[in-house]
Amino acid sequence: MTDKSTAEIVARAEALYDDVDFTAAREWKAAGENRHVIGHLPIYVPRELIHAAGMLPLGIMGGGDQLEVIHGDAYYQSYICRIPRSTIELGLSGRLDFVSGMLFPSICDVIRNLSGMWMTLFPDLYVKYFDTPQTYDDEIGGRFYEGEMRELLEGLEGISGRKVTDDDIRASIALYNENRRAIRDLYDYRAARPWQFPAWESYLLMRAGLILPVEEHTRMIRDYIAAAEAEKRPIKDNARVIVTGMFCEQPPLNLIKSLELAGCYVVDDDFTLVARMLTEEVPTTGDPLRNLSHAFLHHSMSTAPKYEPDVETKGRFLVDAVREKGAEGVIFASTSFCDPALLDRPMLQNVLSEAGIPYIAFKYAENSGQMQPIREQAGTFADSIKLWSAA
Amino acid sequence: MKPSAAKPASTQDVLKDASMLKQKEMINAHYERLCAAPETGEKVCSTFVPGNLNELIMCFDLVNNLPEVNAIQSGLRRKSGAYIMEAERAGHSEDVCTYVKSDIGMMLKGNIGPTGKPLPKPDVLLLSYTGCFTFLKWFELLREQYKCPTIFLQTPYMADGKITPNMIQYMVKQLKEDVIPTLEEVSGVKFDIDRLREYLAKSARAEDDLVAVLQSAKNKPSPIDAYFGGIYYIGPIFGAFRGTDDAIDYYRFLREEVGERMAKGLGPVTPDGTMEEEKYRLVVEGPPNYTNFRQFWKMFYDEGATVVASSYTKVGGTYDFGFRHDPDRPLESLAEYCLNVYTNRSLPMRIDMLVNYINEYEADGLLINSIKSCNSFSAGQLLIMREVEKRTGKPAAFIETDLVDPRYFSAANVKNRLESYFQMVEQKRSGKGVAA
Repeated sequence: MTDKSTAEIVARAEALYDDVDFTAAREWKAAGENRHVIGHLPIYVPRELIHAAGMLPLGIMGGGDQLEVIHGDAYYQSYICRIPRSTIELGLSGRLDFVSGMLFPSICDVIRNLSGMWMTLFPDLYVKYFDTPQTYDDEIGGRFYEGEMRELLEGLEGISGRKVTDDDIRASIALYNENRRAIRDLYDYRAARPWQFPAWESYLLMRAGLILPVEEHTRMIRDYIAAAEAEKRPIKDNARVIVTGMFCEQPPLNLIKSLELAGCYVVDDDFTLVARMLTEEVPTTGDPLRNLSHAFLHHSMSTAPKYEPDVETKGRFLVDAVREKGAEGVIFASTSFCDPALLDRPMLQNVLSEAGIPYIAFKYAENSGQMQPIREQAGTFADSIKLWSAA
Repeated sequence: MKPSAAKPASTQDVLKDASMLKQKEMINAHYERLCAAPETGEKVCSTFVPGNLNELIMCFDLVNNLPEVNAIQSGLRRKSGAYIMEAERAGHSEDVCTYVKSDIGMMLKGNIGPTGKPLPKPDVLLLSYTGCFTFLKWFELLREQYKCPTIFLQTPYMADGKITPNMIQYMVKQLKEDVIPTLEEVSGVKFDIDRLREYLAKSARAEDDLVAVLQSAKNKPSPIDAYFGGIYYIGPIFGAFRGTDDAIDYYRFLREEVGERMAKGLGPVTPDGTMEEEKYRLVVEGPPNYTNFRQFWKMFYDEGATVVASSYTKVGGTYDFGFRHDPDRPLESLAEYCLNVYTNRSLPMRIDMLVNYINEYEADGLLINSIKSCNSFSAGQLLIMREVEKRTGKPAAFIETDLVDPRYFSAANVKNRLESYFQMVEQKRSGKGVAA
């Protein structure tokens, strides 16, 4: 049990969020011999494997709205999203000079190509494009995925010089299971009483999980839930919404705050999916790679970068989330030029229309500064939901 | 039939090689077959150019339909602009691939193909996911409309510059356990691996001749333009003809035609006739613009610029480094084919290819046509440009257009950039520094 207030916990998370030099990860590395930090981009890598290798996974979510991009823009045309250019900026400015490796998961062609750019710009670094399966049969996609994970483990072992055992991985899975349970609790509390657990605070806590060791992050979440439970916060007459499309390039913190200020309780989202991707406990007995593979194939979140094999279930996850979280509408918030989110959006909107669920859509960039149009749009949406529900 | 240049009445003032006319006949005949499918009872399989498993599709007597090629045809016929607007009105973002929007817009407007007849609904969507994320969503979008079976084949990305056993096993398993059984079910035709072997052997023969044609550009002057002309050359083999006798005949004919031009010391045929003087030899990275294709090409040949090698002509298969479809390893060979398509190659591999092209084809430099629609090609091209310049010492330049969206083709801008680039090449040749 903690004696910290929500303000103190959130302040700690916000300090981590603001720090584009990743001081906490640098300090973790400096605190022991042969310690390694492995950076990874959104949306999903099995962090259990990095942890099992005795390393710290570091989620790189671009530079946000605080990083001035000087070099990064010279690497991209105007019609490419912002996250790769600010990530390049982080690399070229030396802010990632302490990482021993970088993983680029399969999200889209931009992040995929960024893996090759990283290999070219940082030829001495361990760089891996991490290909997740888009077919979900254990014997087909599953076997391939296990092979990919084995290759990753070999790469990590090459860095540390230490063999990773199955028991190491099982122990890490147990810790990440605990972390996922804490996060599920946080999201459940938020959906039940969003005035008590504001989305922007929850977001900062999730971001903290991208840099803190998993054990520390789980404690932080549990402390926050306990502290927020103990505080009295006013209930507002807000509309309950789900935001979707923010799985890769992250929204500025002000954007989330603006949605709440505009009259929306954000009761679910797809920020920082890496921590929520696996939706059920991963078994801690048996073959750990097979277990991680099975979890990804059969118990992972639906999101635009993943192929949906069944036309009948396309977009259903959003309708289900609306029902489960008691949401009244959906906000499609996509990064400009984001192929997965923007190509997916019309299909998801059709599913929502058929289900009679209202929605709006807008685009943003991680460095969007002007929130007034978004606030007006979200405010109008919240008002209209209130009007409809009253009718 | 002996190869010769021809000036047919049907194409009025546009000069075409005999091979170009033959190619056009083949493509038209295919569209006629496709449009007649509802009457003939043939079933239609839609798939993509990169990762096009035409030999396998033919094993099931299915007719191959390629939405990208349909979008290109719409672009060339100046119809894509209206189709794209139609798709945007229907809720598709202005930011995404214009091939997709042209295809969807065409569908919304009655799906009228290049022959003026409606294209049939596909009986199956073969989502061969190779080198382009957009494919995945494109066929999810089409599946929503057509409500037909959709087969997914994932090609892992060749990120580390090599094909691993894990990749091949994954692809072969998908072919054996999902792709082939579903194609059997849709078509009602039992899979015959010997039939596949026969088609693959034919593919390899055509591939030999295609490579000889593309490599003829090492000659000076080059008898071909390996980008604008190259698009005609790749049409049959990237489309519905790989594995057929027609493709063997076409590529043998093309090779003879090109050989004859080379023997006579002739340059490439352009829409305005044979290019007289080869002033610049270029390597081009990226797809072309199709809405203003001839105008774009003219900007090159008016300046005496011949493209001697291009990456775009490898997007439906990379054959010039030795890969051939192999009847002795049929499924593994299909997997390797998919893995090797240009956009499935890592950025360092792409850089190596372009550097090699500049050296082997003795090019004056690299030109990148960066396509707004295509992140698969475009993301990283500015780094490619720097690296190629650094490693070859040859000047590189960058222009921006789009595939089939006329709103993103600014002729004056492109022309200005090209003229500046040619000046840069001249300065480099004369040993002067590049002007500020």
